[in-house]
Amino acid sequence: MPAAVECAGVWKFYGDFPALRDISFEVPEGRCLALIGRNGAGKTTLLRILGGFSRPGRGEARILGSSPRETQARRRIGYLGHGISIYDELSALENLRLFAEMYGLRDANAAATGWLERTGLSHVKDGLVREFSRGMRQRLAVARAFLHGPTVLLLDEPFTALDDRAIALLQSLLADALREGSTIVMSTHQLREALELATDVALIQRGSVAHRGPRTAEMLADPGWLYRQYAEG
Amino acid sequence: MEFARHVAIILRKDLRSELRSKEAINASLSFALVILLLFNFAFDPSADETREMTGGLLWIVFAFAGTLILNRSFVRELPNDCLDGLIAAPISSAALFLGKAGANFVLVMAVELISLPIFGIFYNVRWAQQAWSLLLVLALTTWGLTVIGTIFSALTVNLRIRELMLPILVYPIMIPALLGAMEVTGPLIAGKALDGDLLTWVRLLVAFDIIFTALSVSLIDTVLVG
Repeated sequence: MPAAVECAGVWKFYGDFPALRDISFEVPEGRCLALIGRNGAGKTTLLRILGGFSRPGRGEARILGSSPRETQARRRIGYLGHGISIYDELSALENLRLFAEMYGLRDANAAATGWLERTGLSHVKDGLVREFSRGMRQRLAVARAFLHGPTVLLLDEPFTALDDRAIALLQSLLADALREGSTIVMSTHQLREALELATDVALIQRGSVAHRGPRTAEMLADPGWLYRQYAEG
Repeated sequence: MEFARHVAIILRKDLRSELRSKEAINASLSFALVILLLFNFAFDPSADETREMTGGLLWIVFAFAGTLILNRSFVRELPNDCLDGLIAAPISSAALFLGKAGANFVLVMAVELISLPIFGIFYNVRWAQQAWSLLLVLALTTWGLTVIGTIFSALTVNLRIRELMLPILVYPIMIPALLGAMEVTGPLIAGKALDGDLLTWVRLLVAFDIIFTALSVSLIDTVLVG
């Protein structure tokens, strides 16, 4: 069985600058890998390659055995990035229905309505997103990422700028997803929230994997422990 | 079948977004009407020379007004990183491109079809004598314009000077199609039937559309993902 997420010798260059240097790791199905590292370490670049938004300069990234750009891989990826990827001029229901249709869900309307209820937005389903508060928009983005039942979740700093309600919602959805056997790769600066959920941790430093291993009790007790081990604290 | 469904989803989404905001269509239509009015002052509408220039005048207006719509095509995806949502979705880049080009085509055609009767009034021209032939030429040229405009809109979307870059890139490539459209539109407005030399220009428009649609569809994934 192939690993759910796989990087083999991935390099990425911006001009001559290597943003990623020979990144290799595998994430088996049902595991949650927390990518940690300082700003500019290469976490977002790596996640964007895994999400199929950008191609590696060298090496290969695979999701469930396929290239991230293949349709069958994209059907199974849920991506939550820095932007919410929601249209301001459409209503909440129209936004979710649009994505449900793009992912080929059989009953797009029912799926959209179900997720609006689950995220507590059904009372504003016909409201235009541009009129929503920040918290409501974030919950809608979470619904958009989970709508099609992805089995691989790629999350780029998912807890940043979320309100308490959205954090609780996201944590419960991620815990459910892990229980159901989904695979999660998330980059984060919110070490405590991420480490509670993670089964594995990778520390990215200057585009390379400085540490990769299971999450340990020391990390949970002291989220800054890993940074200090690698002299970044 | 699924490809056509994806094209329709993107086309519907872009049209709905535009009809809600009306940003591009209002700008483009206002621009077209103002330029038609200014041309009316600049050239004597009753002069024979002006009548011979009608094809050129119209296509200058349509090309400039059209780029205002085309500029918005991918810019619409910038707020909230919506383009990421489209790239991540399991639809092919070709379907995404054709959906966007289709929506642009509808919007640019709408501007042209509203502008034509107004042009007829300003210049005292019975422009509808060869209405179906004129519609064919409008459709063929507008498809060429929207295909090239949409691919370059994708290419320039992350540039700060994209409003400047798009016309600089689009117009030189559009020269053969615009030339053909100008050569055919004038005689059609004057009531001449679409045959002989005019048909040669129409064949050029068809060839132009096929070549640039095929090129754009094959390049769009590289443009979007690198």
